[in-house]
Amino acid sequence: MAELREELKEKIIEQLSLEDIEIGEIGDDDPLFGDGLGLDSIDALELIVLLEKDYGIKLKDPKEGKAIFESVGVMADYISKHRTK
Amino acid sequence: MSGCYINGIATITAQPTTDPNNFLEDVIAFDEVIFRATDPDYKAYIKPSAMRRMSKSVKMGVTTSKIALASSCIEMPDAIITGTGMGCKQDSEKFLEKILHNDEQFLTPTLFIQSTHNTVGGQIALGLGCKAYNVTYVQGAVSFETSIIDAHLMLSESPEKNILVGGIDEIAKNSTLLHTLDGHIKNKNINVLDLLDSNSKGTVCSEGATFVVLGSERKENSLAKIVDIETKNAATPDEIKKDIEKFIDRQGLSINDIDAIVLGNNGDIDFDHYYKNLQNSIFSEKEQLCYKHVIGEYHTASAVGFWIASKIFETNKVPSVLKVNNISAQNHKNILLYNQYRAKNHSIALLQRC
Repeated sequence: MAELREELKEKIIEQLSLEDIEIGEIGDDDPLFGDGLGLDSIDALELIVLLEKDYGIKLKDPKEGKAIFESVGVMADYISKHRTK
Repeated sequence: MSGCYINGIATITAQPTTDPNNFLEDVIAFDEVIFRATDPDYKAYIKPSAMRRMSKSVKMGVTTSKIALASSCIEMPDAIITGTGMGCKQDSEKFLEKILHNDEQFLTPTLFIQSTHNTVGGQIALGLGCKAYNVTYVQGAVSFETSIIDAHLMLSESPEKNILVGGIDEIAKNSTLLHTLDGHIKNKNINVLDLLDSNSKGTVCSEGATFVVLGSERKENSLAKIVDIETKNAATPDEIKKDIEKFIDRQGLSINDIDAIVLGNNGDIDFDHYYKNLQNSIFSEKEQLCYKHVIGEYHTASAVGFWIASKIFETNKVPSVLKVNNISAQNHKNILLYNQYRAKNHSIALLQRC
């Protein structure tokens, strides 16, 4: 699971062009939106595509993303349970 | 036409033109035919959270618009009008590459949103919270001039407005390569300062952004008056000469009243005769200035001519690197600009000291 979390942090930084942020600066439980990393609604769409492309998870209801994208830790849990690739 | 004053101006080019204390005194002699803009410290103008999605043209455009607005003491413009020949090419290319790479699936929104021609105007408006008129003109090498004409018309209807007008174009890997393959860009590297004597086909390619703040009334910080501007899609060199004579006559002036001409020579042996035809005839006794051997060619490079004329009025100095003949004007009251690209999209503009 720790490996998946690190992988996710790397992908989030790359996919969302968070150039000034290092992997070590993102805590497993830090909120991704709002006061944490400060991601916005466009980033949420990017994350939905990332889930489908890299882990084969297609969110049927985009509203699900609100809970799944709470933090890297929550994302990693969800991916490990639902991934198809 | 109603008054149209440049009350603020800024440009990012391959040279360090955002440095207010360096009016092309120290220039970089590029040894390539494709060279990028010299970046200012973008972080001083754009929040990191906003900048992370921005391509070069957006960063250049947002930054120059902020510098121009600050120099004009205007916080919120009444309109934003941008011109671009090719728009946000970098993100367009990345988007297309992803379509190919991902087999037309998993397309993300950011690159699509950022790849349109009006991205720069949109990002400036978002940053300012400006919900006013916002239009982008895509008219090849007269994109900037068309934007100025639109602003000029708006000022004639609403003289109280302050209008932000800009021209932006960026280098992108694949589309720039195509222009090398089709011969629009020279196939051998040269020292760019020797561009005008290169005696070969094609030109050099660069990028940049120039923004002006226009108003209908002269202010303390006004840099120049745009007396008139005219564009033409296609014409022969002799037709252009006649058009310029008519243009000057229409202002109630004669060739004698023109102190300097700023020309868009780009070292392409196939098309520089448009400029030479003027340099060797009606303007042979006038100060002649060129700038594309310093900042390169791109569709909105002609906007830099407006910046040069404004800086000459402001500083009363003419950078020696721009001079292409031995004639120096005693003082500069009227400066004429002429530009074309590959015999198309001709523009004539008259700027006056104010």
